[in-house]
Amino acid sequence: MALDSKIPHGPISDKWTDYKDHINLVNPANKRNLDVIVVGTGLAGGSAAATLAELGYNVKAFCFQDSPRRAHSIAAQGGINAAKNYQGDGDSVFRLFYDTVKGGDYRAREANVHRLAEVSANIIDQCVAQGVPLAREYGGLLDNRSFGGTLVSRTFYAKGQTGQQLLLGAYSAMNRQIGRGKIKMYNRHEMLDLVIVNGKARGIIARNLITGEIERHSAHAVVIGSGGYGNVFFLSTNAMGSNATAAWKIHKKGAFFANPCYTQIHPTCIPVSGDHQSKLTLMSESLRNDGRIWVPAKLEDAKAIREGKKKPTDLSEEERDYYLERRYPSFGNLVPRDVASRAAKERCDAGFGVNKTGEAVYLDFAAAIQRYGKEQAYIKGLDANDKNLVIKLGTEVVENKYGNLFQMYLKIVDENPYVTPMMIYPAVHYTMGGTWVDYNLMTTIPGCFSIGESNFSDHGANRLGASALMQGLADGYFVLPYTIGDYLSPDIKMGEISTDLPEFVEAEKAVKDQIEKFLNNNGTHSVDHFHKKLGKIMWDKVGMARNAKGLNEAIVEIAALREEFYRDVKVPGKANEFNQELEKATRVADFLELGELFAKDALHRNESCGGHFREEYQSADGEAQRDDENFAYVAAWEYKGKPSDAVLHKEELVFDNIKLVTRSYK
Amino acid sequence: MKLTLKIWRQKNAEDKGAIVDYPIDGIEPDMSFLEMLDVLNEQLINKGEEPVAFDHDCREGICGMCSLFINGEAHGPDRGVTTCQLHMRMFKDGDTIFIEPFRAKAFPVIKDLVVDRSSFDRIQHAGGFISVNTSGNTIDANTIPINKHDADMAFDAATCIGCGACVATCKNSSAMLFVSAKVSQYALLPQGRIEATDRVLNMVHQMDAEGFGNCTNTGACEVECPKGISLENIARMNREYLSASLKG
Repeated sequence: MALDSKIPHGPISDKWTDYKDHINLVNPANKRNLDVIVVGTGLAGGSAAATLAELGYNVKAFCFQDSPRRAHSIAAQGGINAAKNYQGDGDSVFRLFYDTVKGGDYRAREANVHRLAEVSANIIDQCVAQGVPLAREYGGLLDNRSFGGTLVSRTFYAKGQTGQQLLLGAYSAMNRQIGRGKIKMYNRHEMLDLVIVNGKARGIIARNLITGEIERHSAHAVVIGSGGYGNVFFLSTNAMGSNATAAWKIHKKGAFFANPCYTQIHPTCIPVSGDHQSKLTLMSESLRNDGRIWVPAKLEDAKAIREGKKKPTDLSEEERDYYLERRYPSFGNLVPRDVASRAAKERCDAGFGVNKTGEAVYLDFAAAIQRYGKEQAYIKGLDANDKNLVIKLGTEVVENKYGNLFQMYLKIVDENPYVTPMMIYPAVHYTMGGTWVDYNLMTTIPGCFSIGESNFSDHGANRLGASALMQGLADGYFVLPYTIGDYLSPDIKMGEISTDLPEFVEAEKAVKDQIEKFLNNNGTHSVDHFHKKLGKIMWDKVGMARNAKGLNEAIVEIAALREEFYRDVKVPGKANEFNQELEKATRVADFLELGELFAKDALHRNESCGGHFREEYQSADGEAQRDDENFAYVAAWEYKGKPSDAVLHKEELVFDNIKLVTRSYK
Repeated sequence: MKLTLKIWRQKNAEDKGAIVDYPIDGIEPDMSFLEMLDVLNEQLINKGEEPVAFDHDCREGICGMCSLFINGEAHGPDRGVTTCQLHMRMFKDGDTIFIEPFRAKAFPVIKDLVVDRSSFDRIQHAGGFISVNTSGNTIDANTIPINKHDADMAFDAATCIGCGACVATCKNSSAMLFVSAKVSQYALLPQGRIEATDRVLNMVHQMDAEGFGNCTNTGACEVECPKGISLENIARMNREYLSASLKG
């Protein structure tokens, strides 16, 4: 099967407009006759469900949480990009497009990214109209901050809770439609399979997580907005429930899975504290606006700090190595995430780590507190030479900007980050890879769409900060509502789809059989036992730096672990009740397949690009070496029964508007 | 650390439920409270017993999924945190810890420590929104300047995570803090003023219909709120409600 990305013809800046002018529309009276299932209620799923319902479709929305408001988009902290150029610092649609393609290390599809940049400004307008309280300046206008990988301030924010506020905006739009009966909301429901009838996605099988009942739901189209698969690493900044099951089930039913090896390891997370660790906590990238990252310049100082004989504040400026500022003078602490993460790993591997485990670097706000404190003293006409006053005023500014993040750090680590530098280390955060979609955001299964983090399309091999929120809302509010209409237009006379069709019966039976198998397995180890083992293989061999030997081993080990899991997993409780262990079992079963494909993809990509770093492909000074001649394509994998049998399809990436160059932030 | 846990176990909504004792050892101060429960559950599973059901998701204090009434306090003894952010260093070796679900008529127990908070969602369906479609034709975001102070207050109200600690804490199981936070967010913004009258009437009506109690201004909710939602919001909602009732 040849991949057709269905990119419209014409100049890049006209593609989306022309596309919208020429697609088939569904008239308002007919939209009432069409049902759409949306799985996931984060920024992508939530905004899509609300908009589709506003347009008149009958929406059935599903989330595993107890309320759509709890989807993990809520935890996004730093901000959302938009090419508004409110700061007059030279931003434009083209520049956002350019930064995103470059930031993605030239592995994203130009047309999709340009469309994203085009609609970005509208997202801010929409959210403000919805009452999202974005940060403002004293003049009453919206404030911006800058993020990694860019030279302009285009990031809108709401303290360190931007994702929360944007998600509550989408949730409020959903609430309006739930209240009108246009969205039927299924909380505490998990999609466990896709139903395909005559080659088209026509429904899902879902488990009611309270009663355990297996339900059939039909629709004319199915939209997956279920997020990413970072939890394949067990430890990540994802929520405990974040899972890849919906995305993986559609993959097994025919949706190609693209670039699984593109994973974002976020540079600023709270380091692991012990074996009991259940998840990792992100400290927003926005902190790199004001925080300076360093490790001791001398090995003996690093050792003394690890042993508790010295404190970071004991070290003078000369005794510190601000390694990002040293290696990347033009972007400094604001290099993109992949670059910052690898640089931290490099220093820690070389023995300069600063916590007990040797896997932590400092993020220091002392300079920012000084800078802001002096500025405030001048503004208020106070003595800028009064050291204590400056620290007090500066601390207030930092608290105002990042208060919730500092409090979070204090509670977890039990150290006051206003006084002593924070310790941070990279952690798995976001997955750029995902289900392959064409320009319409449709997967290789007709009628099955994939939006937000669950698709692959906009971030290439590395996502820039504050771009995930932008993409989720762009897909849900402004892109999918057009493209799905074009797809649904021939179905207006079809009427409701029966859930008594044999395809539903068969899919339901397969789901029930899997559940019975787990519950009757009587193994010896819990689901978490296997999930942790998988996570360790992934982190050690498929993590921040990969090589062919480790990847080959990982593939074998994951396959063996999967076999052991099915033989020896123990799932207590019953099928027809609230059963959290059973929920975990079905999710981990899918991670155990996905992890292997992930490693296989990483092994086949003989280059380093973005979040995918192969040790064999690096320059003398440790920078990633891309191979555009052989690897400027999307790797879309087709399921053939086992991850090892997956078949590779290539979508060549064509760059008409941006010249491919070595990505440099020096 | 060695602890005695006294945990509410209830098979399902119909079951009567009871406190069950679980001794536990080897707990480290750096563990979060939920990681301590993970350890317990792993032990229970290995012993062939049923693990304790509890709600949780983001484990960083923002999704509002975790609940738990710990030693008589919503989200436990620490201030300004959710249960997932509570760390075991808040307890001492040898402590006995009572762990119960959030209790309220409008929050029926589903299983063990898991409760049904969909009543909160239904209050939001009644008016927790501004009626603006996603047409893509809204006006430029900067055409309505908003006083920074008002914007910041709206933001503070909007940081409510909908966990229900206020309800669980209130002796009357009142949801006034939760409802007033949403009403305030919109009442403080020009975009929200247009529908302010209907919004407050509809949301309060739904709140009463769900069986939440009345507010007697004890202020316990504010103390236990992990996000520091202010009582001022309740005062503001009362003003909004009064003026809406007079108009209405």
